[in-house]
Amino acid sequence: MRDVLEGSQAIARAVALCRPQVVAAYPITPQTHIVEALARLIADGLLEAELVSVESEFSAASVVLGAASAGSRSYTASASQGILLMSEVLYNISGLRVPVVLTCANRAVSSPVSIWNDHQDSMSVRDSGWIQLYCADNQEAVDTTIQAFRISERTELPVMVCVDGFTLTHTLEPIDLPEAGQVDAFLPPFRFSRSLSSARPLTQGTLVSPEFFTEMRSLQHGAFDLAEQEILAADRDFGALVGRDSGGLLRVEGDREATVGILAMGSVYGTLKDAHRSGLLGRPVRLLCLRAFRPFPSRAIREASEGLSDLIVLDRSLSPGSGGIVAHEIRSALYGSGRAPRIVNFVVGLGGRNVPGEIFQEMLEALEKDPPAFSIFDLDPEKLPLSKDPVLPTS
Amino acid sequence: MSSQPSVDTTALRKLQPRFSGIESGHGACQGCGQALAARLVLEAAGPDVIVANATGCLEIFTTPWPQSAWNVPWIHSLFENVAAVAAGIEVALRAQGRTTRVLAFAGDGGTFDIGFQALSGMLERNHDVLFVCFDNEAYMNTGIQRSGSTPHGAWTNTSPAGRVRQGKRHFKKDLLTIISAHGIPYAATASVAYPSDLRAKVRRALDVSGPSFLLLHSPCPLGWGHDSAQTISVDRLAVETGLFPILEMERGKVVSSMKIRNPRPVREYALPQFRFRHLLMDTPEAREELEHLQALADANIERYDLLSEAPGPRDSGGADTVRRGGSRWG
Repeated sequence: MRDVLEGSQAIARAVALCRPQVVAAYPITPQTHIVEALARLIADGLLEAELVSVESEFSAASVVLGAASAGSRSYTASASQGILLMSEVLYNISGLRVPVVLTCANRAVSSPVSIWNDHQDSMSVRDSGWIQLYCADNQEAVDTTIQAFRISERTELPVMVCVDGFTLTHTLEPIDLPEAGQVDAFLPPFRFSRSLSSARPLTQGTLVSPEFFTEMRSLQHGAFDLAEQEILAADRDFGALVGRDSGGLLRVEGDREATVGILAMGSVYGTLKDAHRSGLLGRPVRLLCLRAFRPFPSRAIREASEGLSDLIVLDRSLSPGSGGIVAHEIRSALYGSGRAPRIVNFVVGLGGRNVPGEIFQEMLEALEKDPPAFSIFDLDPEKLPLSKDPVLPTS
Repeated sequence: MSSQPSVDTTALRKLQPRFSGIESGHGACQGCGQALAARLVLEAAGPDVIVANATGCLEIFTTPWPQSAWNVPWIHSLFENVAAVAAGIEVALRAQGRTTRVLAFAGDGGTFDIGFQALSGMLERNHDVLFVCFDNEAYMNTGIQRSGSTPHGAWTNTSPAGRVRQGKRHFKKDLLTIISAHGIPYAATASVAYPSDLRAKVRRALDVSGPSFLLLHSPCPLGWGHDSAQTISVDRLAVETGLFPILEMERGKVVSSMKIRNPRPVREYALPQFRFRHLLMDTPEAREELEHLQALADANIERYDLLSEAPGPRDSGGADTVRRGGSRWG
């Protein structure tokens, strides 16, 4: 049955369906509604869990690390500065191979301060060893959250479910929440192979010398091969229960035979799909929705790009001095594959800048004018009083 | 003829089962106060514990992979988050209905400085965790740098003594008072020079429900620059000078102190230690700083009313040595 739910409420109820024993979080916009909703579910006795309202995101990540290590399914959520503050712990959780699920309510990173949506926060921890799944809409956010627990517990890799702040977290959409029985059938009770127990004293988090360090890092990398399979299996198995999928590693839609493609991550893909459906693109376009950013599905991207002459890659984050982060990785995946398309990288939607349906046609038109490999789209330097300053980009 | 005890107490002591939470063979320096203190804590705590350990010497010298000295479940995450990791373990155990006790181990850097926020949060949230700070009064693992716990006047590599500076300019942070101000049920100090007192405090801390805190003075022969054979005698002087008062606090109030029956001047404590050597020079600056240190010790004695002729019930005066034998337990 479908209910009209705010994204955060829906995510919280999806988390509750997974029966976590420990939830730890620190408030940050736009993550707060998720944790508040979980707190209410616990207060109403609808979720039996320990809610630990910590004194920082650093401790939020540390509490779920400890709780999962002690054998309890654990969940946290954060955004922006919170993700950066917990970044040291994020690396540690992944290196210790502790299964944890985190919702990142994607938000820009200061400075300048912005509470609004882009992907700078999760991108800044892309190398932390977490699986990263990006959600195009709130139904995907619900389904991906549930799948994330199984993926994490089977791979012993933590999973970050990336949900665009405000655009998704604060938006009401009709949501089909699965039944408790469906989730229970999909997600077995939490079991962690190395959980802390005085009956079997294990030592974890030891000093590793140069003799073994490379091998340990290699194991962590190797786990992401398994993660690709588990992401696909989770989407397939959960899809069979609820009758829909969340896009596996990479969703390919639109005009399959088109020679021009647009690739997006997160909620911009929903706008792109709408624009395509309502004819705003003005020409046939293949639509690519990248759901798994870690593991990075290079092979799926190569297959999805076959026959394309041009691929527009949209980035909602920026590596200053370099360009769009997603596009770099797409280029790297396609490099050397015979007929790789030209990659044109547009950074859009920084700090909550709206990405309207009409913008895609402008991009397609820009393609005809031999655009640079990378540019920031929808840029108007004249808005800034210092726009004559030579350090600011000009048109 | 002197009266002989009717029983051989030494033999009895050797028969007493003792839980060895840390095996021998680890890589601590000779005379390491922290290794000794950690062993004493686990002797008293027993095997049904989970230890979360902050980054530091203890973590490094006990766990060079693939070896481990630990006979208890043990996890090391990071430097500054041990209180939060322990809190997470504690809530998980509570959710699962398990009764295993949770210990958090950290050095003074991980407690006074970088781990302080997480510790304060853990105390405020009333987690049932015993936090043990092994206080050797500087960052020894990184090569002797000053911390918030380094005593006034002490040399470290970042508070060196030179022509215009006489070691650390600031005071040792009064952490016990700060911790106790959280209103927690039990907070205490102890020293490796008084092992029976230390063990009794571990048992007391584990008896209370809610957060408890132990500040264990643990000499570092390398960082303090004393003979490794003198760890115990040096630390006894830390107590007998009044520089490190042995206290118990409950819900913010001092409830007991170990009395000093044999008060010593701080000069005597400074003498065997390299870190105070510059205070013993015959210069006005050195004399002034040594007087400051003496004044700090005197202030502790006055504040906690530490002088007494009465015997301290847990001041064994060295009779309870740490070298006594004992069969392995478990």
